[in-house]
Formats: sequence, C-alpha cells, structure tokens
Amino acid sequence: MAPLQIHEPGQTPLPHAADKVAVGIDLGTTNTLVAVARDGKPEVLHDDHGQALMPSVVAYTDDGVLIGKPARHALLDDPSTVVASVKRLMGRGAEDIRALGGSLPYEIEPPDAGSGEGASDAMVRLRVGGKALTPVEISAELLRGVAARVEAALGHTVDRAVITVPAHFDDAARAATKDAARLAEIDVLRLVNEPTAAALAYGLEKGAEGIYAVYDFGGGTFDISVLRLQMGVFQVLATGGDAQLGGDDIDHVIAEHFMQERIASLGASGRSRLTPGEARMALMSARLAKECLTTQMTGNWNLDAQGAQTSHDLDRPTMDRLIAPLVERTIDHCRDVLADAGIAAADIQGVVLVGGSTRVPLVARRVAEFFGQEPLVDIDPDEVVALGAALQAEALTVGSDQLLLDVAPLSLGLETMGGLVEKVVHRNSPIPSAHAQEFTTYQDGQTALLIHVVQGERELVDQNRSLARFELTGIPPMTAGAARVRVTFMVDADGLLTVRAQEASTGVHQEVAVKPTYGLDDAAMAAMLRASLENAEGDMTARLLREATIEAERIALAVDAALAADGDLLTAGERTEIDSLVAAVRAAIKDGDRDAIDASATALNTGTGDFAQARMDRGITEALTGVSVSTLAETVESGADN
Amino acid sequence: MSANPSESAHGDDSTNPVIHQCWSCQGPLGLSLAFCPTCDAIQPPGRTEHFAQLDVRPTFDIDLAELERKYFGLQRAFHPDRFATKSAQEQEYSLRHATNLNDAFKVLKSPVLRAEYLLELKGAPPAGGHEKTVNDEDVLMEAMETREALADAETPADVDAILARADAGIRECTEALSAAFGNSDLVAAAALTLRLTYLHKLDDEAAQRARILARAS
Repeated sequence: MAPLQIHEPGQTPLPHAADKVAVGIDLGTTNTLVAVARDGKPEVLHDDHGQALMPSVVAYTDDGVLIGKPARHALLDDPSTVVASVKRLMGRGAEDIRALGGSLPYEIEPPDAGSGEGASDAMVRLRVGGKALTPVEISAELLRGVAARVEAALGHTVDRAVITVPAHFDDAARAATKDAARLAEIDVLRLVNEPTAAALAYGLEKGAEGIYAVYDFGGGTFDISVLRLQMGVFQVLATGGDAQLGGDDIDHVIAEHFMQERIASLGASGRSRLTPGEARMALMSARLAKECLTTQMTGNWNLDAQGAQTSHDLDRPTMDRLIAPLVERTIDHCRDVLADAGIAAADIQGVVLVGGSTRVPLVARRVAEFFGQEPLVDIDPDEVVALGAALQAEALTVGSDQLLLDVAPLSLGLETMGGLVEKVVHRNSPIPSAHAQEFTTYQDGQTALLIHVVQGERELVDQNRSLARFELTGIPPMTAGAARVRVTFMVDADGLLTVRAQEASTGVHQEVAVKPTYGLDDAAMAAMLRASLENAEGDMTARLLREATIEAERIALAVDAALAADGDLLTAGERTEIDSLVAAVRAAIKDGDRDAIDASATALNTGTGDFAQARMDRGITEALTGVSVSTLAETVESGADN
Repeated sequence: MSANPSESAHGDDSTNPVIHQCWSCQGPLGLSLAFCPTCDAIQPPGRTEHFAQLDVRPTFDIDLAELERKYFGLQRAFHPDRFATKSAQEQEYSLRHATNLNDAFKVLKSPVLRAEYLLELKGAPPAGGHEKTVNDEDVLMEAMETREALADAETPADVDAILARADAGIRECTEALSAAFGNSDLVAAAALTLRLTYLHKLDDEAAQRARILARAS
C-alpha cells in the first residue's frame, strides 16, 4: 500500500475583497506589461489608448513623476530627468557599475564618502531629475504605473501579483525585484522565470506536449530554457543564458558604429565626449535604426550632438555583420543548455520565441538554423510572458492542476582556501532545494569561520558574484580540522537563497537570508517606505490584518472540521460554548479589527483545549485497541522492508 | 538534505502505532500522514527515506517512468505553489516536503546516486573507503586511455567514437550492477558503483570536449 495517504490540500478560497485582483506582471527592460486571467483565459490589459506595452521609462519632472509613454516623451525635452532600462541595474552594486565603465547612459551618484567601508557594497543610486534614486525605487514607480493601469481597466486594486524575472537573474536581482514590489504595495505571490511563464502560456493555450525550447531575447537579458511539457506538468530540464545581454547591446553596437562614422566625417571634433543626455539620444537613434531594419533593407539616420549634425546610412547586411557576434553568443548558450539537458536539437518539439529582440531577422534566422525548424510565433512574443504570469497568478490564488517545476539557474557555492569556490547547489537543480556540505577549521584554536557565499559557474571566487559574507562565531577552540561546520543552502520556490551554518559539536548556528550585500537592509527599506509612501503605516496595518485573518480563518476551519469528526465527545453545553467562540472569530474577521481577531482566535484555541485532549485520548485508545478508523492510518511498514 | 537514511529506514515500529497531534485542529492522526484526515492541514514532513518518500520499492532496478509519475503526483500535492495563499506555517511545511521530494528524486533517478544510496541503506561500506579512491586497475587504465584519446581527438567524429565506447561501457556496467544487487552481492555492487561513477565522469568529459570542438568548427 502507499506509505503516504494523499489528501487534496482543500482549496478553501480565502476571503478576499471582491475589489482586489491578482495579476501577472512582466517587468521588462524595455517594456512592462500586465495581464489578468479568468477561468484559464489570460488577457493583456491596455491603457486608454489601446496600448499593451508600457515603456519601462520613468521621468522625474518638476510637475511630478511620469511613467511609460509620457516619460519617454520627456526624453526629448530634458533627458537628464529620464531613466530607462533600469532593470539592468537591479541588484547591482556601485562596484559592478564601475566595472561596466562609461558605457551606461546613466549618471551614477558617487557613493557617500561618509558611509565608510561598506560604501562600495551599497546599492547603486542614479542621479535623475535632481534626485538620487536606487533602481528599486525606480522599478517601484513602474509597478505603480502597472497598478494604475489595472485600476483604470478593471476598477480593481492590485494587491497580489506574479512578477516575472529573467531566468538568469541572480539572487540579489531577485531580492531587489521583490523589494520594488513591496515599495509599490504589491504582494508577490511568486517570482516566475520569464521563459517558464512563456512556456506556460504556450502549453495551456496550444495544448503543447513534448520537449520545448524557449528562446527569450529581451531588451537587457537573454535566457534559453528547455522544458518538458506533459499532462499539465511544466518541468524545466535546463536553463542557460546571460543576464547582461540584450537588445540594448544591439543598440550599443549600432550607436558605436554611428559614432565611428561621425569621427571619420568630423575629424577630431567628433571625438568630443557626449553628455549622458546626448548618449541617450544616440542610443535612441540606434534603436530606431534597428527597428526600422527589421522590415526595411536600408535607411538613414541623423545624430545631433555637440553642436554638429551627422548623417548615417545603414543597411540590413551591415547591421547583421555588426550584431552577428552578439547573436552567436546566444547560439553558444543554446548549445550549452541542450548539453545540460542531455538532449539533441532534434529532440525539440518546438521553439518558442520570446522578447522584442527576436524580431531582428538575423536572430530569427539563426535560431531556425540552429534548431532545424521554424520557431513558433503564435503568441505575440511581447505578450507571451505576461500572459503566462497571469495564468500562474490565477493558479496560485484560485487553484489549478498545472504544476511548474523550475530549477536554480546558477550554481551557488562558498569560498574555500585559496580563493576557490566549492559549489554547494549546482545549476539546474530543481527548486525548492536544500543542500548541505561540511567544512572545517584550518588553524588550531580557530573560533570563527568566515562564510562567503557566491553565485556563478567559475572556479575562482573573484570571477563569480559575491552574494553575502557572514561569520560563524563561537566555535570552541579545537585542533585544526576537528570542527565540523555544516553549511546548508536552501533555495525557495522564488529562487531565493537562505544559508545556515551550524557547528556540529556545539550546535552554534547562524542563518542569513542572502540579500544584504547588494540589496537593501531592512532599515534602508523602512526608510524608503517612509519617504515614498504617505500611507506606509496603513500598508503595514493592512498586511498584518491579512495575516491575522488567514490565521484566524484557518483555526476556525480546523475547529469546524474537528467538530464534524468528533463533536459527539462534547456535551450540549460544551458544544454551545465552542460554537459561540467560533462565531466570535468569524464576527471579528468580518469587522476587520486585528486585535479583536487575534483575541478571539486565542480564546478559541484556549477554549478548545479540553476538546483536543479528549480527541487525542480517543485516538490513542482506538489505536491501542486496534480499532481501525479512517482518521488513523496504520503506521506504514518502512519502504526499505517492502 | 537527506537525514541519515539508515536511521529513518530502520526506525520502524509498525507494531506500536504512534498517534500524533495535528498542529492545526489538535486532533489525533497517524504518524505517516502528510495531510490531516480531519482538517486537511499539511503536516510537517517526517521520515526522509528516499524510496518511501517517492512510494517506490527500494531496488536498483527502478522503473523510471513510474518514479517520475509518483514524483509529479506528490509534487502536485506538496509544491509551495499549492500553498501560496495559506498560512506561513503551512507554506513552511510545504516547502520542506517539496524540498525532500526533489532531493529524493535527484538521488533515485541517477543510477550512480541510487546505487550509492542503496549501498548506504544496506549498510555496505563504500568501495575504496570514504576517500573513494579507485583501486581497480582496469578502471584506472581505461580512464587514462580515454583521457589520452580525448586529448588527441581533433574532430567531433573522433569524440563521438569515444562517447559511443563510454556509453557502451556504462550500459554494460549498469547491467552488471543490477545483477550484483539482485544477488545481494554488496561487495561486487560497491566496486561496480565506483566503476560506474568513473565511467560517467569520462562520459561527461567527452561530452564537454565534443562541445568545445563543435564551437570551434
């Protein structure tokens, strides 16, 4: 017989106000979309001009914050007030940005000199419209724009959402995305990987079965995922890609080509440095050229900077030659991911194209050549991720038979002697997962161990991303190698990491949610909430009320179930008393007063203590006398002895 | 992470049924139940013996299709996505269940890990001691020859030939391992498990070499 008796978890819908809705949000580098699903039918929400795409652009003007299209228009008036492509900076520290050099069209706020040694680790701030803002705050504005769109389109407030992230987003970028949602007062139901969301949309809408590749080339990131779809299970076999490779890089290559032509035609004066605003305009021209050449074979563009205008002809073969190295990098990732999944290109049933960059003819052609088949474009590549996210949001709130099994995209490890990395979680491990490894001291009498957590595939610590450092202290002095420090990495369903270190002989342990290095610590987050929200306190109260309600509702339902099963153990008087306690809980939930809810739930718990004892006594008696009742599963013989 | 499997597998007390208290409705329930039969609340995961966890017989000759079916069915019930709107306690238990299931599935679907785990369950010392050094002359010779051939390989076709040989070796070794477990010959099984580990490692190296050559061409 089965060792585990499985019961349906019982999809008791939680009480939620009818004016709230759970949505799917594709928070993209270039564009942001939002969709909602009802009865398995997802639909993208449009603005009042019928536009689905909201440019991921924020402008901080004198008249206030502009989001989306109006912000992009502000770029023409005053580029210094406008931020675009902020997703590329999510979870990045000031050090990373310096490493990227001057190629970014942002003005970076120099780290605060007074903040001491931690300054280089602090989250980067952008100087925009006279303010110094973190990418988290700017992303929160985009999410507020999304919430406003939902409210306009549906008349509902967004309170919960599935937000998609590139499969290759590292831990810090994922944590930053969750922080942005928190600032925008949106509860994140789940972070879902973009290619996985796309597969979900295809699988459910097209009834796809078999092995599929999702080639997702967006504005700032590239992901390639291989999934197996069968009977409602979406299982990611392997994922690969590059979180810093996207359509923006194509724009850069084209803009650099224009700049070289400019130097050739203007001579030395063409070399004069562009202001960040002019650089943004040059990138915009490059983007227009790229978009135009997806349908046209040739075109002409002007660059206006430093008081001199230059004219530039570009045809598609030249553009293809310029961007071919970028496209080949994506194909290399495809080859690697097929190998990781242990399959050949011929095993792939279909290739799904996602992301605006797949509109570039060379990209679509190379993908078709590599996989030996024409890619699927039945669902709009711009919308497919948001549609999948909406389906998942509905599945998580209303319930569903579909199952998403995703993987950790990057290996996670620890620094060991000599700056080497010891991998603890290997990439493409199914999540949620937990892996433990034992480490030891290397000096006699060593009482502390520095734990340095890194993410990436390279052998040397310096070549990987540093996620967190913490110290396990209080190890009793022992000879070198005698201590047994067990380090456990736990990755949850959002792909977020928690690390726990424990010394075996003493039980000394420490645990960190990996986030502090590049993310915001709680104090910074609280300050930001205060600064940006007038009703921060109201938001916190609402959250606590919801948690109290969920808990009280659970207790009331549990007592209902217990009464149905064992109500005969009670006298009429006891029964009346418990019934009135349950009624008090339900009344308090209805009134929405958190203190009353907590008090009534506690009273119910206390008031059913004797009943619980009587139920336990009966259960034990029945078990000992061999009475087999449905509520008592026999203890199952160990699987090993079958 | 897996608990010491020998602990959980033999901590068997089927003659003495144990009654637990459900954390949610406070009522009685059997030790092995994952959901309370009275109030449906998810229970904290108990034993983590991999075969029992995935409800398959503890044998080397596992039916992979059945294993996967069981895994999917259990994840459907336990995955955190099923508990996204539930209380923090229920989400925590779901996370632990789903984590254990992933761990068990990873071990049981891989022939090498499954063999190592079975040996551990049956109390057999690993061949070559805990350092897992190879003392099998044939394996060492084979590994050296294959590595040399790989280093000399210049075309994908050269590597394909090596890969084909490695795959044939893996098939042969897996069959022998199955027979050893079938005969309860744990000493032979331990030696074959180590051999299989090395064959897989060589296979991986060959595949990697093939990728490098494919990229260069």
